[in-house]
Amino acid sequence: MAARKPRTRTSAASGASAPAPPPFNHRHLLGIGQLDRAEITGLLDRAEAMVEVSRRPNKHLERHAGRTQINLFFEASTRTQASFEIAGKRLGCDVVNMAVRTSSMNKGETLIDTVATLNAMQPDVIVVRHSAAGAVELLSQKVGCSVVNGGDGAHEHPTQALLDALTIRRHKGRLDGLTVAICGDIANSRVARSNLLLLGAMQARTRVVAPATLLPRGIETLAGEVFTDMAAGLAGADVVMMLRLQSERATGKLVPSVREYYRFYGLDEEKLAAAKPDAIVMHPAPMNRGVEIDPMVADGPRSVIEEQVEMGVAVRMAVLDALLTRREEHG
Amino acid sequence: MDSPRVIENARLIDPASGRDEPGAVLIENKRIAEIATGAAPGVPEGAERIDAGGLVLAPGLVDLRVFTGEPGHEYRETLASAADAAAAGGVTTFLLMPDTDPVIDETALVDYVIRRARGISKIRIYPAAALTKGLRGEEITEFGLLKEAGARALTEGRTSLADAGLLRAALTYAKNFEMPVIHHVADASLTGDGVMNAGAFATALGLKGIPIEAETVPLDRDLQLALASGARYHTAQISCAASADIVRRALKRSDRVSCGVSINSLALNENDIGSYRTFFKLSPPLRAEEDRQAMVAALADGTISTIHSAHDPQDVETKRRPFAEAADGAVGLETLLAVALRLYHAGDVDLMTLLKALTSSPADLLGLETGRLRIGDKADLILIDLDRPWVVSDAALSSRSRNTCFQGARMTGRVVRTFVSGRTVYDEAD
Repeated sequence: MAARKPRTRTSAASGASAPAPPPFNHRHLLGIGQLDRAEITGLLDRAEAMVEVSRRPNKHLERHAGRTQINLFFEASTRTQASFEIAGKRLGCDVVNMAVRTSSMNKGETLIDTVATLNAMQPDVIVVRHSAAGAVELLSQKVGCSVVNGGDGAHEHPTQALLDALTIRRHKGRLDGLTVAICGDIANSRVARSNLLLLGAMQARTRVVAPATLLPRGIETLAGEVFTDMAAGLAGADVVMMLRLQSERATGKLVPSVREYYRFYGLDEEKLAAAKPDAIVMHPAPMNRGVEIDPMVADGPRSVIEEQVEMGVAVRMAVLDALLTRREEHG
Repeated sequence: MDSPRVIENARLIDPASGRDEPGAVLIENKRIAEIATGAAPGVPEGAERIDAGGLVLAPGLVDLRVFTGEPGHEYRETLASAADAAAAGGVTTFLLMPDTDPVIDETALVDYVIRRARGISKIRIYPAAALTKGLRGEEITEFGLLKEAGARALTEGRTSLADAGLLRAALTYAKNFEMPVIHHVADASLTGDGVMNAGAFATALGLKGIPIEAETVPLDRDLQLALASGARYHTAQISCAASADIVRRALKRSDRVSCGVSINSLALNENDIGSYRTFFKLSPPLRAEEDRQAMVAALADGTISTIHSAHDPQDVETKRRPFAEAADGAVGLETLLAVALRLYHAGDVDLMTLLKALTSSPADLLGLETGRLRIGDKADLILIDLDRPWVVSDAALSSRSRNTCFQGARMTGRVVRTFVSGRTVYDEAD
């Protein structure tokens, strides 16, 4: 009688012990902004099962064998691209990496033209990273397959926020009610936006901490509290999330120097002392040791930065699985 | 020679004089020969009688800010297609911005545009000349010769002069020739990489914001220099409440300064951008709803004296891009009046004030004898059905480009017939 429930079949094939995750009702994952609390929890649960898979000697889950995944990166990122590639391959997908060189003159043209070409190759999912906010959404309107936002300008980076949330949940057992301080270049960070949206939806208490030149106007509508002083911003925090400072920003335009930035906003043991004793330290990587974070902290006992990388693969497997399963069901 | 025409049974509205009453207009030899209250005057033999059916008869609109693609980018818009769009929107005169390729910065180009427009255009097109050579902001152009050639105003078009010393010299020299200077105010260093109004919405979209100070700082500077020089100075467009306050203060000191507004800043706000809709990427950017309301209030109280369409045709290639990489601008000639009438129907601005900002005020700035119901003037007139419902369809636009902010919008009121020199250049019935 339940013979026509494909989800039962796929979870049986996975061998995972967890119950079948709730269905994912989006064609694309363009941002955390499109997800509600239940959908976020569903993806995190799905990712939890993928952590198990990834720790087995045989990591293959042939659930999506024969599917084609294209990683379309207009902005170079070896880590994120590798993470999506491994995630896709563990699900059985054929993964193609495409790095598109863009000159500033014809970025837009390249985007639309490239998309039309790729769409004709009948992929099942395209993972896109682009330097312009909204570019991934624009692209998603022109293709017949699912699209995952691998980061668009300073807008969103949803899989990063999901992997951060999974990491926090594994350490703290929950997200709601936690105090999370996000520190650094908020103005230019898609990681900060996606995390603020996700943590807000999960009812965590969010804070942003940065020099005023790196705080965008209206940030108080996204973050619970806004601080320009690290000690005050970290006081009582359960989670300290550091952001990368692009070195070109510390050349006197917005921040006078790396030296001054590190003195007031770099995370060292002294500043971290303001947070709760069991606070965890996170960073989306790649890190600038000695710019936004002291190597002692980055590699210290409270750092979960390496674990974030592991969770990244699990979360991306979960996202790809959710989209490809939906595609299987809806055609 | 055209035979005489009488437009009768009309509601005559002349914003310059405040006239609003039933009446008729007699057109002879392309000009307004007589204006009568109530019934038509003695109609000459052989005259054509046009029954206005009680519709509004007003002066044709004068639009101070129109970009076309001719010369240089004819695929976007030609002078002829812009004129068709203007006629359909009730615009009988527009000021052509010099941002063409080549830039209108010398007498030969002014002469070219005037001759070309005379040959192919249904309506009156006057060129504005570049304030500086090539719009580069380095050396001023030949104001006197450009005026002789027929340029009606000086402007940097889309760009804004950064060099305060050069602007001071330009204003002083423009005063020498009594040439109006129409200047767009946007400080490049404060605009930075910004692509929309700075604020919570830009932050949520991950787009760089343009702070209002990018407008208020150069506006304040411009007004100080304009007042000191005594030049006829018009801020092309303001977009935020703080700018209206600055202009209000300056108006107390001089009637030689004034400012305009884009119809888009009166009708739309930043939320219209929605999900990165590039047709709403404009210059100045759409601001917050409070700013839009402040623009409406500033129009109602006379701080803002002119409304323009900011007609800026852009093709698919420049708009079908990620928001930050897309070109600014929207077409607007055909929707200018209908969108303005929204303010009238909402009870925000009375009809006389609205029409004045669209007719006699811009005409006066350019020193044109148009924009009025006045005996002896060229018969550039429009018939307006204030209550006609219609829906904007980009496919029905006369413009070569389709980048309208009002696709699918429901409007109340439109131009049903446009006359230039007494001849019908647009008739809705056709």
